[in-house]
Amino acid sequence: MLISNLEIIPGKRIVKHLGLVQGSTVRAKHVGRDIMAGLKNIFGGELKGYTELLQESRTEAVERMQEQASAIGANAVLNIRFSTSSVAQGAAEIFAYGTAVILE
Amino acid sequence: MYDLIVLLVLLLIGYFFGRMAEKKHYKSIIEREKKYAKIILIATKYAPAEVLNQQSSLVSGSVVISVDYFKRFLAALRNFFGGRVTSYESLLDRARREAILRLKEEAHKKGSNMLVNLKLETSSISKGRKNAIGSVEILAYATAFYPDTKALAQPNAV
Repeated sequence: MLISNLEIIPGKRIVKHLGLVQGSTVRAKHVGRDIMAGLKNIFGGELKGYTELLQESRTEAVERMQEQASAIGANAVLNIRFSTSSVAQGAAEIFAYGTAVILE
Repeated sequence: MYDLIVLLVLLLIGYFFGRMAEKKHYKSIIEREKKYAKIILIATKYAPAEVLNQQSSLVSGSVVISVDYFKRFLAALRNFFGGRVTSYESLLDRARREAILRLKEEAHKKGSNMLVNLKLETSSISKGRKNAIGSVEILAYATAFYPDTKALAQPNAV
C-alpha cells in the first residue's frame, strides 16, 4: 500500500476517493525510562527512550490506519498527517490520519 | 542552607554537562548537514515534474531532547522578567535540525535524493507535570521519491 503525505502523486490518477481513515494509540512511559529522563533533565541531551517509544507508537498508529484502509479496499493513503497530544500525565496519544483512495 | 548547596551543585552540573552536550551536538549537526546537503528537501506540496512516475513512500525522523538544569533555571528567571528565552531557542533549533537530519538519513538509506512536502510537528510530552516544558519532541516527515525502485525494500516503514 502506498502511503504518502502528498495530495497528488505525480503520474498517477485517483480513480476513487474512499474517505478518511485514521489510526491512533495511547502509550505511557515506564518507570525506568522516567527515571533516566529525570536525570537527563539535569544534564540535558536526547531522551533516547522517549524517541524510541514515540517511534514505536507512530508505527503502530500507521499500521492501524493501513488496516482500516485495506478493509475498505483502498490501495493508497494520501495526505497523511500526524498529531501528538498528551491526554494525561505521562501518557501520549499518537494519531495518524489520511485519505484512502484507489489509484489506477 | 542544605537546599541551597544542592541547588548550586545541580546548576553547576547542568551548566558544564549541558554546555558540553550542546557543543558536541552542534558539531555533529553541522558535519552531517554538509554530508546530506545533496538531498533536496522542499516544503511545497506539489512534486516537481522530474520525479514523474517514480516510486514514493513516507519517511520520517523524530527526536526527543531535553534542556539542562541550568538553562531551565535561566528560563524560569526569564519568565519573571519577560523577553527572549534564548535557552529554549537553542533547544528547539537543535531538535528541529536533528529531526530533519534523521529524516534525510532515512531517505538516504532507502536510496532517495528528493524529499517533497516536509511537515514539522512540535509537541512537549512532559506537559502537565510540575517542571513543565523541559523536553520537546520534534517530528519531521516528508514524501521521498526513488529514482531506483529496487532500493525500496520496506515502503511503509515510518
